Amino acid sequence: MFDFPETLVIGRSISKWIDRVVDWVVVNWDPFFSAINIGVLRILVPFQEFLQWLPWWFVIIMVGLLAWRMVSVKFGIVAAGLLLVVSFLGLLDLAMITLAIVLTAALLCVVIGLPVGIAAAKSNRVDSIMRPVLDSMQTMPSFVYLIPAVMLFGLGKTPAVMATMIYALPPIIRLTNLGIRQVDPSVVEAGRASGTTSWQLLRKIQIPLAMPTILAGLNQTIMMALAMVVIASMIGARGLGIEVLNGINRLEVGRGFLGGISIVFLAVILDRISQGFASRKSQTRSISG
Amino acid sequence: MSENGSKIWCRNLWKVFGPHPDAIIDSASDGSTKEQILEETGHVIAVKDVSFEVKENEIFVVMGLSGSGKSTLIRCINRLIEPTRGAVCIEGADIAQMNDAELRDLRRHKLSMVFQNFGLLPHRTVLDNVAFGLEVRGEGKKERHEKALQMLEQVGLKGWEKNRIHELSGGMQQRVGLARALASGAETLLMDEPFSALDPLIRRQMQDEFLNLHTTVKRTVIFITHDLTEALKLGDRIAIMRDGEIVQIGRPEEIVTKPADDYVSEFVRDVPMGKVLSAQTIMEQPATVVQSDQSIEDAIEAMRLKEGDWTFIIDGTGRVKGTLTLEDARAAVSRGLSRAGEAARSEFASTAPDVTLEQCLSLVTGESNIPVAVLDDERHLLGVITRPALFEAIQSDSTNGKQN
Repeated sequence: MFDFPETLVIGRSISKWIDRVVDWVVVNWDPFFSAINIGVLRILVPFQEFLQWLPWWFVIIMVGLLAWRMVSVKFGIVAAGLLLVVSFLGLLDLAMITLAIVLTAALLCVVIGLPVGIAAAKSNRVDSIMRPVLDSMQTMPSFVYLIPAVMLFGLGKTPAVMATMIYALPPIIRLTNLGIRQVDPSVVEAGRASGTTSWQLLRKIQIPLAMPTILAGLNQTIMMALAMVVIASMIGARGLGIEVLNGINRLEVGRGFLGGISIVFLAVILDRISQGFASRKSQTRSISG
Repeated sequence: MSENGSKIWCRNLWKVFGPHPDAIIDSASDGSTKEQILEETGHVIAVKDVSFEVKENEIFVVMGLSGSGKSTLIRCINRLIEPTRGAVCIEGADIAQMNDAELRDLRRHKLSMVFQNFGLLPHRTVLDNVAFGLEVRGEGKKERHEKALQMLEQVGLKGWEKNRIHELSGGMQQRVGLARALASGAETLLMDEPFSALDPLIRRQMQDEFLNLHTTVKRTVIFITHDLTEALKLGDRIAIMRDGEIVQIGRPEEIVTKPADDYVSEFVRDVPMGKVLSAQTIMEQPATVVQSDQSIEDAIEAMRLKEGDWTFIIDGTGRVKGTLTLEDARAAVSRGLSRAGEAARSEFASTAPDVTLEQCLSLVTGESNIPVAVLDDERHLLGVITRPALFEAIQSDSTNGKQN
């Protein structure tokens, strides 16, 4: 008698209704989702095959060089060392698969997040609509994204990329918005007084000056994508996540641990390199024109 | 539409910030003050019924303290801020009626602006900053860089074109801002406190350079400042703003000698008059003027009649030939000379009408008590400045000036 009256509970009917909508979408929008599926695979598969095709020593040397250019000599050596450890663990091939998914998802995040972030910066209305959406995207348990992804795309790489992308999208939208709003108003005013169109203002003043902030958003997006990829391995994304998942399923602690530590190494390398890229951009801003 | 050759004019311009600006204008017209309206309705009247005209190649200074609405006013002229009511015309075109494309065109070709905080692009080189306006209107890289280089040379920044903005001092940054505004070839410059963010020393230097530049590159300038000294130094005419209204418009001398109300006279109280007033404002008509072909006796008689001991000798066309003192005249008579022109001394102190009193000061230091002649370009005598009159004018403050 202390429970909420059974007759008033509508949760079940709502969830049934959502199920029906999803069913309907799956059936009737199939061409649309097939097209997305093909599009994603067109980017991901060649990229992943290319990374796997590269000789192991070449990958290690290139990552080391990149880390040296973007961060420091010291970190260049550390990054190459970390990848060498991953190779010794026999997980370099899986790491390349993970990297391909992460970078593909990050690319899609940029393609979608940048325009949305700009729209939110330009219009207060868009901003006030986006804010709760982004908040709920970030608080939603990441597993929830797996279900519709599987329903719409089946098992495999595409739902993994899509779920990862949706999970990793908020930071780049937020920081693009923030970066553009934070551009010195006197510089924007000077641009307008020179007779810029709003597109010129955006391209020649607002985006270049917001770039450090946007790149910080990209860094966060990449890190969130990496976190999600482990979970997405449950729906068919292979890669390092599968090792962790198998470790859990089969109670092979060692195997799970090695997979986990490899993900950590990959995260460290990606984080430092993308951060280094962002801070280099803000120090020596490119000459345009 | 252009009225008696003025380049820009504003008519009954209003800017009210708040949700119902139009209603506020109607109620403000019947005399409530700015504070009352802010308190009762939450609307801010930034510009209140402002009208003025700016002539071609004139430097028109709008002076007021912070919050007087001067920055809002200047932004209404290129519509960075939309005016609530009233007309702004430039070269006959009403700015309020323009659509976006026309407005862009206006900003690209006819009106450029210089900002207090420079508004330069930190991610670009000096050269690309100066070329920005040209780039925006679609000029080719080579062409716009050529023009930008020329402008940089004009403002004395040759050799800095590849540098970044943050490598330049404040004064140099504002030169870049000025070069950017000049590069578009716009005939009208809007300058919003351009020198206020600079050190006093640099500020003075920039003012001098700006005046120099203005004589070579003629532009119509609307110049905003909160600094009266700057206003008096640069302005051909000055408008004093208070609480969104223009209290007085006039030439610098008019502002200091005939302040329209207590507010303005309070402002101009400590103005160094020697720097503001020019020779023509205090010159007086000489007591006697003698034609060079008159006899010396006539000259002596004329001086005696006016109880003076000096006179100016002019030729038939009215040009000044020289001066003659009573003493010299008597000596000349005893030497047997007859014509006044023969006895005249051709060396005497003279000045142009627009020279400041401070500069005149050095001319009256000699032994002679003959006044300084004020001559026009063709050496016609416009008037004279006596030593006592000069000292009195320099020492007086404007409160005396007002009573005169």
